[in-house]
Amino acid sequence: MSAGTNKIDVVVTDIVPLNELVTRFKFERADGGLLPTFSGGAHTVIEMKDGETTRLNPYSLMSDPADRHAYTISVRRDDAGRGGSLFLHKNVRIGDEMVISYPVNLFALDLRARKHLMIAGGIGITPFLAQIKQLSATNGRFELHYACRNQALGSYVDDLTTAHPNNVHVYFDDDGQALDLENLLDGQPLGTHIYICGPKGMINWVRDTAERLGWPREAVHYEEFLAPQSGKPFTVKLAKSDLEFEVGEHQSLLEAIEAAGVDAPYLCRGGACGQCETDVLEADGEILHRDHWLEDDEKESGKKIMPCVSRFEGRIIVLDR
Amino acid sequence: MTIQFNDETFRDDYTFTNSERAIKRFPFPFHEDSYMYSVNMEQHQGGPEGSIYEKRFDVDEHYISEMKDRALVLDEDPLRCQSLPHMTLAGWDLLELIMVSKSEDYPDLFELHRDGNNWHWINKPLGIEQKFVFMDESTLPYGPMEYITRQTQGDFALLDQRDENLWMDAGMVTTQADWSLDFDIGMNFFEWHAPVPKAHEMGIFKRALKFLLNIQQGMPARRLNWTMTVNPLLDTSPENYHKWGAQKTTLTPENVGQKQYLRVELQTFFRLPRSNGMVFPIRCYLISLEDLVTIPKWGRRLHRVIRDVPEELATYKGFIDNRPLIVDYLSKFDDGAPTSDGVWPD
Repeated sequence: MSAGTNKIDVVVTDIVPLNELVTRFKFERADGGLLPTFSGGAHTVIEMKDGETTRLNPYSLMSDPADRHAYTISVRRDDAGRGGSLFLHKNVRIGDEMVISYPVNLFALDLRARKHLMIAGGIGITPFLAQIKQLSATNGRFELHYACRNQALGSYVDDLTTAHPNNVHVYFDDDGQALDLENLLDGQPLGTHIYICGPKGMINWVRDTAERLGWPREAVHYEEFLAPQSGKPFTVKLAKSDLEFEVGEHQSLLEAIEAAGVDAPYLCRGGACGQCETDVLEADGEILHRDHWLEDDEKESGKKIMPCVSRFEGRIIVLDR
Repeated sequence: MTIQFNDETFRDDYTFTNSERAIKRFPFPFHEDSYMYSVNMEQHQGGPEGSIYEKRFDVDEHYISEMKDRALVLDEDPLRCQSLPHMTLAGWDLLELIMVSKSEDYPDLFELHRDGNNWHWINKPLGIEQKFVFMDESTLPYGPMEYITRQTQGDFALLDQRDENLWMDAGMVTTQADWSLDFDIGMNFFEWHAPVPKAHEMGIFKRALKFLLNIQQGMPARRLNWTMTVNPLLDTSPENYHKWGAQKTTLTPENVGQKQYLRVELQTFFRLPRSNGMVFPIRCYLISLEDLVTIPKWGRRLHRVIRDVPEELATYKGFIDNRPLIVDYLSKFDDGAPTSDGVWPD
């Protein structure tokens, strides 16, 4: 079952460049109806018809979860990426019709928390924007620490500091400002939960520090979507479907399976949720595991692969699909 | 569609009956002549017209009487309905899901008028009319989960999702097959399923949990479960075992057809949008053996299933002592003819 099978036809109703790298897109239902409500931290998967290629990229919903008239996302342009963000930045216009998935939340608030401590890096701010709106509506207690390169690239810094002057703390790297993490974590009241969204280095830094300071694992939440990386083309055979085809240089294995007309399961398309886990029947070569779902021993066994982000180098790989 | 609601009881004099229509639409759970656990889940996106699968929340002829029975259970034991503090938002999710579904699926019975957060709910069968402010608990006579589940057939387990697990953190449970919300509250998926035999070894719960964690908004799922109950009792709870347990010893060859019921649960699973929790409605359907064998295929098949079900399962489901009586009775309706695949009558 792929979450993407439950889809919504939308129209792009607004495009706002925020700064040199980040642009905001607004979607409304094509039939004029209301969109589903969602919970802060949820993402939607956006379908992009980029020439011959169909891209399906996840983006965090940043609008007010209670506002059913529109969804908004903010997209950082990744010039070195495979093209999803570039496509949105360059090809999408107001009035375009697009298809998005129902909201899926893999980064939900723990509603038992007495306090929500949020740590954001760069474009990792987006899920927190929705969570803050949800918490503000229900009198939830939160505190945001937001690190970005500089004022010009600090998306939503002004909005946040104006709306929540006592709860938002901003750090500009270029000005040498840095979060005093140990001190911050040390002083939190009992019942605090930590949420991290940002680059891998930041997530690891906060998780490691929290662990060292004795924070319970269940109180530390993070979201990191990996983008699939390009690589050498390879041949895949699907045993059940009895198909054999090439996975292109800039195509993920999952995208190639879909392009071959096979409905494979997925949710996050970023190596995090486990939904697309697939059994490997034969592999004449090396699997390049890039997910953070499989355990190390599963990766070493060569019997499993996460086709959304992982690749293969060798003669042929045969999957139980 | 008009429903003639029964005036009947699920206790004391047991006046519960199934009409011919109710018998025909009974969710017979066995698709073949034997039974073993499986992760038998499918999408809950409607079903054949008139079947119990057609609507998101089935309303049938027992509705009003079941709600009266629920009120009696709650009067005696308020702990059948509990909600931990962080589950209030999920309670609102559930209230919205049920009110929207019922008003869309049964417009002649239920109406919901919404003006922003000012909501107006009309439940015609129960004669309830309520104006309230959505997300403002002070405007309802009960919390949101209790309010709406006092008006909806079936038990409700409201589950929080965190740490790759589901947690039974709220519920309304008055029609259960011998489990207790008060005992299970706060437990995770593996903890509350610990008493089930065999299934853990088979890896059923690990796979089932993985499936459930991935149920998304707009993609509800369902499965059936079953057991056997003597007398048409909704409240077969551990709390009241001293009242109903002894009734199992009253079966005789003469009364088994009338007193022995097949109890089937339609279990559905919905992702809740605002809380990212899940609701797990467990709807109980009862049918006497006497009524069930009026569908020849079901009589033949139930005989074979009950006769061959492994001993651990018959013990866990609580009918091991009565199995010989039940099998004797059902054997009279099994001529050995082959049965067709699937659950539907021929």
